[in-house]
Amino acid sequence: MNQYRLGEFHPFGGGRFLYLVPSAGIFELDDACRAVLSRLEKGEASREELAAIAGPDVVDELHQAHAITTNGFSPQLQQPPADFPLQTLVMNLTNQCNLSCQYCYEFGEDKVATPDGKPKFMDFETARQSVDYLLTSSEGRRAIHITFFGGETLMNFPLLKQVVDYASKKAAEQARAIDFSLTTNATLLTPAIIDYLSENRIGVTVSMDGAKESHDQFRVFANGRGSYDIIEPRVRALIKQHKTRPITARVTMTSQAMDVLGTYKHLKHDLGFHEVGFAPVTTSPNRLYSINESGLDSVLDQFRSLADEYRDHALRGKHHGFSNVSDTLAELHQGVSKSHPCGAGLGLVGVGPSGDIAPCHRFVDSDDHKLGHVSTGLDRARVSDFLGRGHINTKTDCSTCWARPVCAGGCHHEAYVRYGDTGHPNLHYCDWIRGWTGTCLEIYAAIVEHNPSFLQHFADRKAA
Amino acid sequence: MKHLRAINQKARRIDDHVASQTDDVVALQGPPQGQQRPHVPMGCSLVFSPGWEVDSAGGTAGLCQPVERDLYDCYITCYWPAQVPDHLNNYPDWTAKCAAATKDWRNIDLVFP
Repeated sequence: MNQYRLGEFHPFGGGRFLYLVPSAGIFELDDACRAVLSRLEKGEASREELAAIAGPDVVDELHQAHAITTNGFSPQLQQPPADFPLQTLVMNLTNQCNLSCQYCYEFGEDKVATPDGKPKFMDFETARQSVDYLLTSSEGRRAIHITFFGGETLMNFPLLKQVVDYASKKAAEQARAIDFSLTTNATLLTPAIIDYLSENRIGVTVSMDGAKESHDQFRVFANGRGSYDIIEPRVRALIKQHKTRPITARVTMTSQAMDVLGTYKHLKHDLGFHEVGFAPVTTSPNRLYSINESGLDSVLDQFRSLADEYRDHALRGKHHGFSNVSDTLAELHQGVSKSHPCGAGLGLVGVGPSGDIAPCHRFVDSDDHKLGHVSTGLDRARVSDFLGRGHINTKTDCSTCWARPVCAGGCHHEAYVRYGDTGHPNLHYCDWIRGWTGTCLEIYAAIVEHNPSFLQHFADRKAA
Repeated sequence: MKHLRAINQKARRIDDHVASQTDDVVALQGPPQGQQRPHVPMGCSLVFSPGWEVDSAGGTAGLCQPVERDLYDCYITCYWPAQVPDHLNNYPDWTAKCAAATKDWRNIDLVFP
Protein backbone atom coordinates (compact mmCIF):
# COMPACT_ATOMS: atom_id res chain seq x y z
CA MET A 1 0.00 0.00 0.00
CA ASN A 2 1.43 3.38 -1.03
CA GLN A 3 1.89 5.89 1.72
CA TYR A 4 1.66 9.56 0.77
CA ARG A 5 3.90 12.27 2.16
CA LEU A 6 4.49 15.95 1.46
CA GLY A 7 6.37 16.83 -1.71
CA GLU A 8 8.80 19.74 -1.93
CA PHE A 9 7.25 23.19 -1.91
CA HIS A 10 7.24 26.57 -0.20
CA PRO A 11 3.80 27.71 1.00
CA PHE A 12 3.09 31.46 0.94
CA GLY A 13 0.29 33.99 0.97
CA GLY A 14 -0.94 32.67 4.33
CA GLY A 15 -0.86 29.08 3.05
CA ARG A 16 -3.13 29.80 0.08
CA PHE A 17 -0.39 29.31 -2.50
CA LEU A 18 2.32 26.75 -3.16
CA TYR A 19 5.63 27.34 -4.89
CA LEU A 20 6.48 23.84 -6.08
CA VAL A 21 10.07 22.61 -6.14
CA PRO A 22 11.74 21.92 -8.47
CA SER A 23 9.09 22.65 -11.12
CA ALA A 24 8.61 26.29 -9.94
CA GLY A 25 4.88 26.05 -10.67
CA ILE A 26 2.70 28.28 -8.50
CA PHE A 27 -0.77 27.00 -7.61
CA GLU A 28 -3.59 28.33 -5.48
CA LEU A 29 -5.12 25.74 -3.16
CA ASP A 30 -8.73 25.24 -2.15
CA ASP A 31 -9.78 24.16 1.35
CA ALA A 32 -9.81 20.47 0.42
CA CYS A 33 -6.16 20.64 -0.72
CA ARG A 34 -5.18 22.47 2.44
CA ALA A 35 -6.87 19.80 4.56
CA VAL A 36 -4.82 17.06 2.87
CA LEU A 37 -1.56 18.97 3.26
CA SER A 38 -2.18 19.79 6.90
CA ARG A 39 -2.87 16.09 7.57
CA LEU A 40 0.42 15.14 5.90
CA GLU A 41 2.34 17.69 7.97
CA LYS A 42 1.76 15.29 10.87
CA GLY A 43 3.24 12.35 8.94
CA GLU A 44 2.57 9.86 6.18
CA ALA A 45 -0.95 8.71 5.37
CA SER A 46 -2.63 6.16 3.17
CA ARG A 47 -4.66 7.01 0.09
CA GLU A 48 -7.83 5.82 1.83
CA GLU A 49 -7.28 8.13 4.77
CA LEU A 50 -6.59 11.15 2.56
CA ALA A 51 -9.51 10.35 0.25
CA ALA A 52 -11.76 10.19 3.28
CA ILE A 53 -10.67 13.71 4.25
CA ALA A 54 -11.07 15.42 0.89
CA GLY A 55 -12.05 12.98 -1.85
CA PRO A 56 -9.90 10.93 -4.22
CA ASP A 57 -9.73 13.60 -6.93
CA VAL A 58 -8.02 16.01 -4.53
CA VAL A 59 -5.39 13.38 -3.73
CA ASP A 60 -4.89 12.74 -7.46
CA GLU A 61 -4.49 16.42 -8.31
CA LEU A 62 -1.97 17.07 -5.56
CA HIS A 63 -0.05 13.98 -6.63
CA GLN A 64 -0.07 14.92 -10.31
CA ALA A 65 1.36 18.33 -9.45
CA HIS A 66 4.01 16.68 -7.20
CA ALA A 67 2.76 18.58 -4.16
CA ILE A 68 2.44 15.19 -2.48
CA THR A 69 4.46 12.13 -3.31
CA THR A 70 4.62 8.42 -2.68
CA ASN A 71 8.35 7.90 -3.17
CA GLY A 72 9.89 10.99 -1.59
CA PHE A 73 12.05 11.79 -4.60
CA SER A 74 11.88 15.02 -6.53
CA PRO A 75 12.39 14.90 -10.30
CA GLN A 76 15.98 15.75 -11.33
CA LEU A 77 16.66 18.53 -13.80
CA GLN A 78 18.24 17.44 -17.05
CA GLN A 79 21.40 18.74 -18.71
CA PRO A 80 20.73 21.48 -21.24
CA PRO A 81 21.44 20.43 -24.85
CA ALA A 82 25.12 20.61 -25.83
CA ASP A 83 24.40 22.90 -28.78
CA PHE A 84 22.43 25.45 -26.74
CA PRO A 85 22.11 28.48 -29.05
CA LEU A 86 23.82 31.68 -28.02
CA GLN A 87 21.64 34.73 -27.39
CA THR A 88 23.87 37.35 -25.82
CA LEU A 89 27.50 38.18 -26.38
CA VAL A 90 29.19 40.47 -23.87
CA MET A 91 31.98 42.24 -25.71
CA ASN A 92 34.73 43.69 -23.54
CA LEU A 93 35.89 46.48 -25.85
CA THR A 94 38.82 47.18 -23.56
CA ASN A 95 40.18 45.96 -20.25
CA GLN A 96 41.43 49.48 -19.46
CA CYS A 97 39.59 51.79 -17.09
CA ASN A 98 39.98 55.41 -16.08
CA LEU A 99 38.71 54.71 -12.57
CA SER A 100 40.41 52.70 -9.83
CA CYS A 101 37.49 51.32 -7.83
CA GLN A 102 39.06 49.26 -5.08
CA TYR A 103 36.41 46.58 -5.15
CA CYS A 104 36.66 46.00 -8.91
CA TYR A 105 36.55 42.31 -9.77
CA GLU A 106 38.69 42.96 -12.83
CA PHE A 107 41.51 44.90 -11.18
CA GLY A 108 40.89 44.63 -7.43
CA GLU A 109 42.37 42.28 -4.85
CA ASP A 110 40.18 39.34 -5.86
CA LYS A 111 40.75 39.60 -9.59
CA VAL A 112 40.69 36.46 -11.71
CA ALA A 113 41.90 38.09 -14.93
CA THR A 114 45.42 37.44 -16.22
CA PRO A 115 45.73 40.24 -18.80
CA ASP A 116 49.54 40.28 -19.10
CA GLY A 117 50.67 40.12 -22.69
CA LYS A 118 47.14 40.40 -24.06
CA PRO A 119 45.75 43.31 -26.06
CA LYS A 120 44.38 46.17 -23.94
CA PHE A 121 41.92 47.30 -26.60
CA MET A 122 39.91 45.10 -28.93
CA ASP A 123 40.56 45.75 -32.63
CA PHE A 124 37.93 45.72 -35.36
CA GLU A 125 39.03 42.38 -36.81
CA THR A 126 38.47 40.65 -33.46
CA ALA A 127 35.16 42.47 -32.98
CA ARG A 128 34.06 41.42 -36.47
CA GLN A 129 34.94 37.79 -35.71
CA SER A 130 32.99 38.08 -32.45
CA VAL A 131 29.88 39.31 -34.27
CA ASP A 132 30.20 36.52 -36.86
CA TYR A 133 30.66 34.03 -34.05
CA LEU A 134 27.48 35.31 -32.37
CA LEU A 135 25.50 35.09 -35.60
CA THR A 136 26.57 31.53 -36.41
CA SER A 137 26.25 30.30 -32.82
CA SER A 138 22.76 31.68 -32.33
CA GLU A 139 21.13 29.85 -35.20
CA GLY A 140 17.40 29.54 -34.76
CA ARG A 141 17.04 32.63 -32.59
CA ARG A 142 15.26 35.54 -34.18
CA ALA A 143 16.54 38.15 -31.72
CA ILE A 144 20.09 38.42 -30.44
CA HIS A 145 21.89 40.87 -28.23
CA ILE A 146 25.33 42.44 -27.80
CA THR A 147 26.32 44.07 -24.52
CA PHE A 148 29.36 46.32 -24.61
CA PHE A 149 31.50 46.12 -21.53
CA GLY A 150 34.94 46.95 -20.18
CA GLY A 151 37.13 48.10 -18.48
CA GLU A 152 35.45 51.35 -19.24
CA THR A 153 33.43 50.72 -22.37
CA LEU A 154 33.55 54.30 -23.65
CA MET A 155 37.37 54.28 -23.74
CA ASN A 156 36.89 52.37 -26.99
CA PHE A 157 33.84 54.22 -28.33
CA PRO A 158 35.08 54.29 -31.98
CA LEU A 159 35.04 50.49 -32.04
CA LEU A 160 31.55 50.43 -30.47
CA LYS A 161 30.23 52.45 -33.41
CA GLN A 162 31.93 50.16 -35.93
CA VAL A 163 30.46 47.09 -34.23
CA VAL A 164 26.95 48.57 -34.19
CA ASP A 165 27.22 49.31 -37.93
CA TYR A 166 28.64 45.93 -38.85
CA ALA A 167 26.38 43.82 -36.61
CA SER A 168 23.22 45.70 -37.64
CA LYS A 169 24.05 45.16 -41.30
CA LYS A 170 24.81 41.46 -40.90
CA ALA A 171 21.71 40.85 -38.78
CA ALA A 172 19.53 42.67 -41.32
CA GLU A 173 20.93 40.47 -44.10
CA GLN A 174 19.68 37.47 -42.14
CA ALA A 175 16.37 39.17 -41.28
CA ARG A 176 17.12 38.93 -37.59
CA ALA A 177 16.69 41.46 -34.82
CA ILE A 178 19.74 42.62 -32.91
CA ASP A 179 19.90 45.09 -30.08
CA PHE A 180 22.69 46.62 -28.07
CA SER A 181 23.37 47.81 -24.56
CA LEU A 182 26.37 49.02 -22.64
CA THR A 183 27.56 49.44 -19.11
CA THR A 184 29.61 52.52 -18.30
CA ASN A 185 30.95 54.54 -15.40
CA ALA A 186 29.60 57.66 -17.16
CA THR A 187 32.81 59.67 -16.81
CA LEU A 188 33.34 59.91 -20.58
CA LEU A 189 29.78 60.64 -21.69
CA THR A 190 29.49 63.65 -24.02
CA PRO A 191 26.40 65.15 -25.68
CA ALA A 192 27.51 63.64 -29.01
CA ILE A 193 27.90 60.16 -27.49
CA ILE A 194 24.54 60.44 -25.75
CA ASP A 195 22.88 61.42 -29.04
CA TYR A 196 24.49 58.46 -30.76
CA LEU A 197 23.32 56.04 -28.04
CA SER A 198 19.80 57.40 -28.20
CA GLU A 199 19.61 57.38 -32.00
CA ASN A 200 20.79 53.78 -32.12
CA ARG A 201 18.53 52.61 -29.29
CA ILE A 202 21.45 51.42 -27.20
CA GLY A 203 20.42 50.61 -23.63
CA VAL A 204 22.62 52.13 -20.96
CA THR A 205 23.42 50.90 -17.47
CA VAL A 206 25.44 53.27 -15.31
CA SER A 207 27.54 51.83 -12.49
CA MET A 208 26.78 54.21 -9.67
CA ASP A 209 26.73 53.71 -5.93
CA GLY A 210 24.33 56.41 -4.79
CA ALA A 211 24.77 59.97 -3.59
CA LYS A 212 28.21 61.59 -3.45
CA GLU A 213 29.18 60.29 -0.03
CA SER A 214 28.60 56.60 -0.76
CA HIS A 215 29.54 56.78 -4.44
CA ASP A 216 32.93 58.32 -3.74
CA GLN A 217 33.85 55.67 -1.16
CA PHE A 218 35.14 53.35 -3.87
CA ARG A 219 34.41 54.77 -7.28
CA VAL A 220 37.55 56.90 -7.49
CA PHE A 221 40.17 57.98 -9.99
CA ALA A 222 43.76 56.73 -9.68
CA ASN A 223 44.61 59.77 -7.53
CA GLY A 224 41.90 58.84 -5.04
CA ARG A 225 39.50 61.62 -6.08
CA GLY A 226 35.86 60.57 -6.19
CA SER A 227 34.05 60.46 -9.51
CA TYR A 228 30.60 61.65 -8.39
CA ASP A 229 31.06 65.31 -9.28
CA ILE A 230 32.31 64.38 -12.75
CA ILE A 231 29.48 62.01 -13.59
CA GLU A 232 26.51 63.75 -11.98
CA PRO A 233 25.94 66.32 -14.77
CA ARG A 234 26.68 63.70 -17.41
CA VAL A 235 24.13 61.29 -15.93
CA ARG A 236 21.52 64.04 -15.82
CA ALA A 237 22.19 64.85 -19.47
CA LEU A 238 22.02 61.16 -20.39
CA ILE A 239 18.65 60.68 -18.71
CA LYS A 240 17.32 63.89 -20.25
CA GLN A 241 18.49 63.26 -23.83
CA HIS A 242 18.36 59.48 -24.21
CA LYS A 243 14.70 58.67 -24.57
CA THR A 244 14.68 55.51 -26.70
CA ARG A 245 15.55 53.00 -23.99
CA PRO A 246 15.20 52.97 -20.18
CA ILE A 247 18.34 54.10 -18.38
CA THR A 248 19.24 51.99 -15.36
CA ALA A 249 21.64 52.30 -12.47
CA ARG A 250 23.58 49.37 -11.07
CA VAL A 251 24.66 49.75 -7.46
CA THR A 252 27.43 47.77 -5.79
CA MET A 253 26.86 47.58 -2.06
CA THR A 254 29.76 47.44 0.37
CA SER A 255 30.14 47.51 4.12
CA GLN A 256 30.57 51.30 3.82
CA ALA A 257 27.60 51.78 1.50
CA MET A 258 24.56 49.86 2.66
CA ASP A 259 21.93 52.59 2.64
CA VAL A 260 19.54 50.99 0.15
CA LEU A 261 16.63 53.33 0.73
CA GLY A 262 18.68 56.53 0.53
CA THR A 263 20.56 55.32 -2.52
CA TYR A 264 17.36 54.33 -4.32
CA LYS A 265 15.73 57.63 -3.49
CA HIS A 266 18.69 59.59 -4.83
CA LEU A 267 19.13 57.60 -8.04
CA LYS A 268 15.44 57.23 -8.86
CA HIS A 269 13.99 60.51 -7.70
CA ASP A 270 16.86 63.02 -7.65
CA LEU A 271 18.62 61.85 -10.80
CA GLY A 272 15.68 60.18 -12.58
CA PHE A 273 16.93 56.69 -13.46
CA HIS A 274 14.18 54.43 -14.79
CA GLU A 275 15.29 51.46 -12.73
CA VAL A 276 17.85 50.82 -10.00
CA GLY A 277 19.37 47.40 -9.29
CA PHE A 278 21.48 46.49 -6.26
CA ALA A 279 24.03 43.75 -5.68
CA PRO A 280 26.42 43.16 -2.78
CA VAL A 281 30.08 43.40 -3.78
CA THR A 282 31.75 40.16 -4.85
CA THR A 283 34.75 39.62 -2.62
CA SER A 284 36.54 37.24 -0.37
CA PRO A 285 35.12 37.51 3.14
CA ASN A 286 38.21 39.13 4.73
CA ARG A 287 38.15 42.38 2.73
CA LEU A 288 37.26 45.50 4.67
CA TYR A 289 34.49 46.37 2.23
CA SER A 290 32.95 42.89 2.40
CA ILE A 291 29.45 42.86 3.89
CA ASN A 292 29.26 40.48 6.82
CA GLU A 293 26.26 38.47 7.95
CA SER A 294 24.68 41.16 10.11
CA GLY A 295 25.28 43.65 7.31
CA LEU A 296 23.43 41.39 4.91
CA ASP A 297 20.53 41.20 7.36
CA SER A 298 20.36 44.97 7.46
CA VAL A 299 20.44 45.14 3.66
CA LEU A 300 17.67 42.54 3.44
CA ASP A 301 15.53 44.55 5.86
CA GLN A 302 15.97 47.62 3.67
CA PHE A 303 15.28 45.58 0.54
CA ARG A 304 12.04 44.51 2.18
CA SER A 305 11.01 48.09 2.96
CA LEU A 306 11.67 49.10 -0.62
CA ALA A 307 9.89 45.97 -1.84
CA ASP A 308 6.82 46.98 0.20
CA GLU A 309 6.88 50.27 -1.64
CA TYR A 310 7.11 48.34 -4.92
CA ARG A 311 4.10 46.22 -3.93
CA ASP A 312 2.00 49.27 -3.10
CA HIS A 313 2.87 50.75 -6.51
CA ALA A 314 2.06 47.47 -8.26
CA LEU A 315 -1.33 47.19 -6.57
CA ARG A 316 -2.15 50.63 -7.98
CA GLY A 317 -0.86 49.55 -11.40
CA LYS A 318 2.14 51.89 -11.17
CA HIS A 319 5.73 51.23 -12.24
CA HIS A 320 8.36 51.12 -9.50
CA GLY A 321 12.05 51.24 -10.33
CA PHE A 322 13.46 48.67 -7.87
CA SER A 323 14.64 46.24 -10.51
CA ASN A 324 15.64 43.48 -8.08
CA VAL A 325 11.91 42.95 -7.46
CA SER A 326 10.96 43.11 -11.15
CA ASP A 327 13.70 40.61 -12.05
CA THR A 328 12.64 38.15 -9.36
CA LEU A 329 8.92 38.53 -10.11
CA ALA A 330 9.65 37.82 -13.79
CA GLU A 331 11.37 34.58 -12.83
CA LEU A 332 8.58 33.60 -10.47
CA HIS A 333 5.82 34.44 -12.91
CA GLN A 334 7.44 32.54 -15.75
CA GLY A 335 8.21 29.65 -13.40
CA VAL A 336 11.90 29.51 -14.22
CA SER A 337 13.58 26.40 -12.84
CA LYS A 338 17.28 26.63 -13.48
CA SER A 339 19.76 23.84 -14.09
CA HIS A 340 22.44 26.56 -13.84
CA PRO A 341 22.44 29.85 -11.94
CA CYS A 342 22.62 31.97 -15.09
CA GLY A 343 23.14 31.75 -18.83
CA ALA A 344 26.96 31.87 -18.63
CA GLY A 345 28.43 29.36 -21.05
CA LEU A 346 24.93 28.58 -22.37
CA GLY A 347 23.00 31.47 -23.93
CA LEU A 348 25.64 34.02 -22.97
CA VAL A 349 29.41 34.30 -23.28
CA GLY A 350 31.94 37.06 -22.65
CA VAL A 351 34.63 37.95 -25.19
CA GLY A 352 37.82 39.76 -24.19
CA PRO A 353 39.91 42.20 -26.25
CA SER A 354 42.04 39.25 -27.43
CA GLY A 355 39.00 37.39 -28.76
CA ASP A 356 39.19 34.77 -26.02
CA ILE A 357 35.75 33.46 -25.04
CA ALA A 358 34.92 33.33 -21.32
CA PRO A 359 31.75 32.07 -19.59
CA CYS A 360 30.75 35.70 -18.95
CA HIS A 361 32.26 39.19 -18.72
CA ARG A 362 33.48 38.51 -15.19
CA PHE A 363 35.85 35.79 -16.37
CA VAL A 364 37.16 37.65 -19.40
CA ASP A 365 40.98 37.60 -19.78
CA SER A 366 41.31 34.74 -17.27
CA ASP A 367 43.43 31.90 -18.69
CA ASP A 368 41.96 29.46 -16.17
CA HIS A 369 38.44 30.06 -17.43
CA LYS A 370 38.99 30.44 -21.15
CA LEU A 371 36.38 28.45 -23.11
CA GLY A 372 37.68 29.08 -26.63
CA HIS A 373 38.37 31.83 -29.15
CA VAL A 374 36.01 33.65 -31.51
CA SER A 375 38.07 32.51 -34.52
CA THR A 376 37.92 28.81 -33.62
CA GLY A 377 34.78 28.52 -31.49
CA LEU A 378 34.29 26.79 -28.17
CA ASP A 379 36.48 24.10 -26.65
CA ARG A 380 33.70 21.60 -25.92
CA ALA A 381 35.64 19.80 -23.19
CA ARG A 382 36.17 23.03 -21.24
CA VAL A 383 32.54 24.09 -21.67
CA SER A 384 31.41 20.69 -20.54
CA ASP A 385 33.64 20.88 -17.45
CA PHE A 386 32.34 24.36 -16.60
CA LEU A 387 28.67 23.44 -17.06
CA GLY A 388 29.11 20.08 -15.35
CA ARG A 389 30.43 21.78 -12.20
CA GLY A 390 27.74 24.43 -12.25
CA HIS A 391 24.77 22.08 -12.65
CA ILE A 392 22.34 22.08 -9.73
CA ASN A 393 22.42 18.27 -9.53
CA THR A 394 26.09 18.38 -8.47
CA LYS A 395 25.41 20.83 -5.63
CA THR A 396 24.46 18.53 -2.78
CA ASP A 397 24.01 21.43 -0.37
CA CYS A 398 21.25 22.81 -2.59
CA SER A 399 19.31 19.57 -2.88
CA THR A 400 17.04 20.33 0.07
CA CYS A 401 16.62 24.07 -0.53
CA TRP A 402 13.25 25.28 -1.78
CA ALA A 403 14.80 28.34 -3.44
CA ARG A 404 17.00 26.32 -5.80
CA PRO A 405 14.77 26.81 -8.89
CA VAL A 406 15.67 30.52 -8.91
CA CYS A 407 19.15 30.37 -7.34
CA ALA A 408 20.73 27.13 -8.58
CA GLY A 409 23.67 27.75 -6.25
CA GLY A 410 24.35 31.34 -7.23
CA CYS A 411 26.91 33.21 -9.33
CA HIS A 412 29.77 31.11 -10.78
CA HIS A 413 32.19 34.02 -10.37
CA GLU A 414 31.21 34.74 -6.79
CA ALA A 415 31.70 31.03 -6.02
CA TYR A 416 35.16 31.09 -7.57
CA VAL A 417 36.21 34.16 -5.58
CA ARG A 418 34.84 32.75 -2.31
CA TYR A 419 35.55 29.05 -2.64
CA GLY A 420 37.99 28.65 -5.53
CA ASP A 421 35.50 26.59 -7.56
CA THR A 422 32.90 27.94 -9.97
CA GLY A 423 30.65 24.98 -9.13
CA HIS A 424 30.63 25.53 -5.36
CA PRO A 425 27.26 26.64 -3.94
CA ASN A 426 27.41 30.18 -2.54
CA LEU A 427 26.59 29.09 0.99
CA HIS A 428 27.32 32.52 2.46
CA TYR A 429 24.11 33.97 1.03
CA CYS A 430 21.62 31.07 1.29
CA ASP A 431 19.56 32.76 4.00
CA TRP A 432 19.57 35.95 1.96
CA ILE A 433 18.32 34.19 -1.17
CA ARG A 434 15.56 32.37 0.68
CA GLY A 435 14.57 35.54 2.54
CA TRP A 436 14.47 37.57 -0.65
CA THR A 437 12.64 34.93 -2.73
CA GLY A 438 10.11 34.55 0.09
CA THR A 439 9.56 38.31 0.16
CA CYS A 440 8.99 38.41 -3.59
CA LEU A 441 6.56 35.48 -3.39
CA GLU A 442 4.50 37.44 -0.85
CA ILE A 443 4.43 40.38 -3.24
CA TYR A 444 3.43 37.99 -6.02
CA ALA A 445 0.55 36.69 -3.89
CA ALA A 446 -0.64 40.23 -3.18
CA ILE A 447 -0.58 41.08 -6.88
CA VAL A 448 -2.40 37.85 -7.83
CA GLU A 449 -5.08 38.68 -5.30
CA HIS A 450 -5.56 42.40 -5.86
CA ASN A 451 -4.24 43.37 -9.30
CA PRO A 452 -3.57 40.24 -11.41
CA SER A 453 -3.45 42.16 -14.70
CA PHE A 454 -0.18 43.73 -13.50
CA LEU A 455 1.51 40.36 -13.98
CA GLN A 456 1.32 40.85 -17.72
CA HIS A 457 4.39 43.09 -17.33
CA PHE A 458 6.41 40.03 -16.40
CA ALA A 459 5.20 37.60 -19.04
CA ASP A 460 7.93 38.61 -21.47
CA ARG A 461 10.46 40.41 -19.29
CA LYS A 462 13.80 38.75 -19.65
CA ALA A 463 14.28 36.66 -16.54
CA ALA A 464 17.61 37.61 -15.02
CA MET B 1 -7.60 20.63 -12.22
CA LYS B 2 -10.47 21.62 -9.97
CA HIS B 3 -8.81 22.03 -6.60
CA LEU B 4 -5.46 23.48 -7.62
CA ARG B 5 -5.63 26.71 -9.62
CA ALA B 6 -2.64 27.35 -11.88
CA ILE B 7 -1.30 30.85 -11.23
CA ASN B 8 2.01 31.30 -13.03
CA GLN B 9 3.04 30.28 -16.53
CA LYS B 10 4.81 27.12 -15.41
CA ALA B 11 1.76 26.00 -13.41
CA ARG B 12 -0.37 26.40 -16.53
CA ARG B 13 2.05 24.15 -18.42
CA ILE B 14 1.84 21.57 -15.62
CA ASP B 15 -1.95 21.83 -15.76
CA ASP B 16 -1.94 21.29 -19.53
CA HIS B 17 0.43 18.36 -19.19
CA VAL B 18 -1.74 16.69 -16.57
CA ALA B 19 -4.83 17.30 -18.70
CA SER B 20 -3.12 15.75 -21.72
CA GLN B 21 -2.31 12.68 -19.67
CA THR B 22 -5.72 12.26 -18.11
CA ASP B 23 -8.35 14.01 -20.22
CA ASP B 24 -7.35 13.28 -23.79
CA VAL B 25 -10.12 10.78 -24.50
CA VAL B 26 -13.68 11.88 -23.81
CA ALA B 27 -16.51 9.40 -23.97
CA LEU B 28 -19.50 10.54 -26.02
CA GLN B 29 -21.98 9.14 -23.57
CA GLY B 30 -21.91 8.86 -19.83
CA PRO B 31 -21.88 11.26 -16.89
CA PRO B 32 -19.70 14.37 -17.23
CA GLN B 33 -16.21 13.82 -15.85
CA GLY B 34 -13.93 16.67 -14.91
CA GLN B 35 -13.93 19.89 -16.84
CA GLN B 36 -15.82 19.54 -20.13
CA ARG B 37 -13.96 21.06 -23.05
CA PRO B 38 -15.21 21.59 -26.57
CA HIS B 39 -14.45 18.56 -28.69
CA VAL B 40 -15.32 17.23 -32.12
CA PRO B 41 -16.28 13.60 -32.63
CA MET B 42 -13.65 12.17 -34.96
CA GLY B 43 -13.14 8.98 -36.87
CA CYS B 44 -14.64 6.74 -39.53
CA SER B 45 -16.91 4.90 -37.17
CA LEU B 46 -18.92 8.03 -36.41
CA VAL B 47 -19.98 8.90 -39.96
CA PHE B 48 -21.63 7.10 -42.80
CA SER B 49 -18.87 5.53 -44.79
CA PRO B 50 -19.78 3.16 -47.59
CA GLY B 51 -17.64 0.14 -46.92
CA TRP B 52 -14.53 0.41 -48.99
CA GLU B 53 -11.74 -1.16 -47.04
CA VAL B 54 -13.00 -4.74 -47.17
CA ASP B 55 -16.06 -6.42 -48.58
CA SER B 56 -18.43 -8.72 -46.74
CA ALA B 57 -16.09 -11.64 -47.29
CA GLY B 58 -13.07 -9.79 -45.96
CA GLY B 59 -11.62 -9.26 -49.43
CA THR B 60 -11.63 -6.34 -51.85
CA ALA B 61 -13.44 -7.93 -54.83
CA GLY B 62 -16.91 -6.86 -53.80
CA LEU B 63 -16.42 -3.39 -52.41
CA CYS B 64 -19.62 -1.37 -52.38
CA GLN B 65 -18.16 1.58 -54.24
CA PRO B 66 -15.55 1.92 -56.98
CA VAL B 67 -12.08 2.09 -55.64
CA GLU B 68 -11.48 5.42 -57.43
CA ARG B 69 -14.02 6.98 -55.18
CA ASP B 70 -12.52 5.79 -51.94
CA LEU B 71 -10.80 9.06 -51.65
CA TYR B 72 -14.06 10.81 -50.87
CA ASP B 73 -13.65 9.56 -47.34
CA CYS B 74 -10.26 11.19 -47.20
CA TYR B 75 -11.74 14.50 -48.25
CA ILE B 76 -13.61 15.66 -45.18
CA THR B 77 -14.89 13.01 -42.88
CA CYS B 78 -11.82 11.14 -41.83
CA TYR B 79 -8.14 11.78 -41.51
CA TRP B 80 -6.25 9.53 -43.87
CA PRO B 81 -2.96 10.43 -45.46
CA ALA B 82 -4.12 10.24 -49.08
CA GLN B 83 -4.22 12.76 -51.91
CA VAL B 84 -7.59 14.34 -52.57
CA PRO B 85 -8.49 16.86 -55.26
CA ASP B 86 -7.58 20.43 -54.50
CA HIS B 87 -11.00 21.72 -53.59
CA LEU B 88 -9.78 25.18 -52.63
CA ASN B 89 -8.39 26.34 -55.98
CA ASN B 90 -8.75 24.01 -58.95
CA TYR B 91 -11.71 21.72 -58.26
CA PRO B 92 -14.05 23.62 -55.96
CA ASP B 93 -17.07 21.79 -57.39
CA TRP B 94 -15.59 18.37 -56.97
CA THR B 95 -18.38 17.18 -54.71
CA ALA B 96 -21.12 19.51 -55.95
CA LYS B 97 -23.32 16.71 -57.19
CA CYS B 98 -23.04 14.77 -53.97
CA ALA B 99 -25.62 16.40 -51.72
CA ALA B 100 -25.98 13.48 -49.33
CA ALA B 101 -23.21 10.94 -49.28
CA THR B 102 -25.57 8.10 -48.34
CA LYS B 103 -27.56 8.57 -51.56
CA ASP B 104 -25.36 10.44 -53.99
CA TRP B 105 -21.91 8.95 -53.60
CA ARG B 106 -22.06 7.66 -57.17
CA ASN B 107 -22.15 11.26 -58.40
CA ILE B 108 -18.81 12.32 -56.95
CA ASP B 109 -16.72 13.57 -59.84
CA LEU B 110 -13.54 11.92 -60.90
CA VAL B 111 -10.66 14.32 -61.32
CA PHE B 112 -7.90 13.90 -63.88
CA PRO B 113 -5.32 16.63 -63.32
